[in-house]
Amino acid sequence: MPTSSSAGAAAIRVEALGKRYRIGRRARYKALRDVIARAAAAPARIARTLVGSAPAPSPEETIWALRGVSFEVRHGEVVGIIGRNGAGKSTLLKILSRITVPTEGRAEITGRIGSLLEVGTGFHQELTGRENIFLNGAILGMRRAEIARKFDEIVAFAGVEKFVDTQVKHYSSGMYLRLAFSVAAHLDPEILLVDEVLAVGDAAFQRKCLDKMQDVGRHGRTVLFVSHNMPAIARLCERTIMLDAGGVKLDGPSHRVVAAYLSSDVGTTAAREWRDPATAPGDQTAKLRAVRVRAPDGTVTDAIDIRRPVGIEMDFDVCEPGWTFAANFDFYNEEGLLLFGAIETDPEWRNRVREPGRYTVTAWVPGNLLSEGTIIVDAELLTTHPTAQHFFERQAVAFHVVDSMEGDGARGDWGGSMPGVIRPLLRWSTHAASGSEAGPLRAVGKADAP
Amino acid sequence: MSSAPTAQTEVPTIVIRPSSGWIGLKLHELWEYRELLYFLVWRDLKVRYKQTALGAAWAVIQPFFSMVVFSLFFGRLAKMPSDGIPYPIFAYTGLVPWTFFARGLTQSSNSLVDSANLIRKVYFPRLTIPISDVLSGLVDFGIAFAVLIGMMLYYGVVPSSRIVWLPAFLLLALVSALAVGLWLSVLNVEYRDVKYTVPFLTQFWMFATPIVYPSSLLKGKWRALFGLNPMVGVVEGFRWSLLGAKNSPGPMIIASSAAAIALLIGGAFYFRRMEKTFADVV
Repeated sequence: MPTSSSAGAAAIRVEALGKRYRIGRRARYKALRDVIARAAAAPARIARTLVGSAPAPSPEETIWALRGVSFEVRHGEVVGIIGRNGAGKSTLLKILSRITVPTEGRAEITGRIGSLLEVGTGFHQELTGRENIFLNGAILGMRRAEIARKFDEIVAFAGVEKFVDTQVKHYSSGMYLRLAFSVAAHLDPEILLVDEVLAVGDAAFQRKCLDKMQDVGRHGRTVLFVSHNMPAIARLCERTIMLDAGGVKLDGPSHRVVAAYLSSDVGTTAAREWRDPATAPGDQTAKLRAVRVRAPDGTVTDAIDIRRPVGIEMDFDVCEPGWTFAANFDFYNEEGLLLFGAIETDPEWRNRVREPGRYTVTAWVPGNLLSEGTIIVDAELLTTHPTAQHFFERQAVAFHVVDSMEGDGARGDWGGSMPGVIRPLLRWSTHAASGSEAGPLRAVGKADAP
Repeated sequence: MSSAPTAQTEVPTIVIRPSSGWIGLKLHELWEYRELLYFLVWRDLKVRYKQTALGAAWAVIQPFFSMVVFSLFFGRLAKMPSDGIPYPIFAYTGLVPWTFFARGLTQSSNSLVDSANLIRKVYFPRLTIPISDVLSGLVDFGIAFAVLIGMMLYYGVVPSSRIVWLPAFLLLALVSALAVGLWLSVLNVEYRDVKYTVPFLTQFWMFATPIVYPSSLLKGKWRALFGLNPMVGVVEGFRWSLLGAKNSPGPMIIASSAAAIALLIGGAFYFRRMEKTFADVV
């Protein structure tokens, strides 16, 4: 049958893909005079350089950003790509979007492809919002008629209706990013390659973007999604590929791959420290120095009994006098669902100016609340009046909630899987209706009533 | 081909693999991206006229003042012959296509480096970048040409039916600018020295082109050889078709056209060959 349905077939097939970069190539060939000097010694060499067939560089001058990568993505699948910096995620996406060519291997892509490696590519400061929408849309591969049709939707999504005829150089950075993302979000290809573009804008807009991305996935489109945002990955993608040192390390259901990533030392752990203030997250007012997960006995741990409280602790340095602060933790499960946020409310420090120095803030999450699985915590430091965000470290720490099934937890004697994002221990009471066979005996649930 | 019951759009399969050696020009892809080409030209014009106080006036100022200076020094003082045509209009007719060429050449040679961010982040046929830079110069050309028409009225120059050839000479100027621009833009990605060479190159090239002097200073077979500089054919063609110059430019135009086309084809293939490294190097 020549008319094979696209569903179920491979949208992306990658076979033994590899990309080698030359290190120091630019330094060696930077100036024409060097080439001329080299040419004086070896006249044939310049000719070879000019036609781009210079002899293969020696191994120590090269680095394989990607090697031996193979996988298949079916039509309609939403696949996450994770890995630490330098694992080859961006290189993979650049090859698949045809921005750069592979050194070896091959890839086949079936369907109209759109790639989004950056929002706002080609935006010009001097042009108005309207003009940039058309320009950026065209750069991303949209037709003029298509942009015109979606124009109002794009403007509304970005929320810049009033400023559409204002030059974008007068936009706030938030408006600029919203508009840029909005154009990109309305790209309508069958296969979408996305690189870390959701790390823009404020939290509310990020959430809106995630919802939009989820929509894209639901409409049966194939998506390859690179991100450091584990909750987003877990929420958007049913399958995740983890890259490490240029190769595929794991490929499987997202919650499993994300959990493996988080518990491996390449990912987030139970304790993170920033020893160098220069690279620590933060602004000039405050710097994040450490985040830890503590058991009730004070030890740092990445495994917590479901019945025990768990303390999330952050150390930060206040560098400027005159500010009040409120620390904030957001708790996500491994599926990327935001369970809850918690803002520091220690009455002693609430709305009180903190002098420069080191502060340690701990939030205790009660036992018998979190569900079993991996919990990922974002750490944030805010000032509420006036509103300011000093740092916001995603996936600062992660830990596992373990249910020992000893019978005194919320699962009682049930040993199978339990649904739900939280698992509070409830107070149960059960009464036998009078006159029933059980007689006047009263049954009381497992949980002892206080 | 069996007939599908439902209207099914054909699903394109893109194969990505290492490429080496000379590859096709993929002109059909360039055609598919014609709207992007349009938007890039449009952006160029929009930004330029927004950013500069004098806007469109710049298109006239440069060739016009060159003409005034040349008329003074070469026309008046040095008594340069001008094929019996008043020297100012003789020089300006050469300067209008020359300015278009020099501008297109300069802009397109820097085009890839200037668009580095686009090249690193989005896929599209890279040829659109230098092409759009040359095309956007057509608007400036149009403005400068309007002034030329004014000068023709002033000097009472009535063009003959030869004027129908003018678009061909404009096309030759465009092809020449793009051809040289392609070569230089690719070299500029690898060797940033090119940027500093271009002003010198255009200056030298201008004096190798009969703008301040008539090509009739050269005799016989030298004229055709001279025509290997594509701009010789363009400038002489402009004078021949607009001013009715008796410069019999035929052999020069043939030589110029051949040189320009050879440069363009070579440049386009060279560009395509080196294109794959742009994102890594630029």
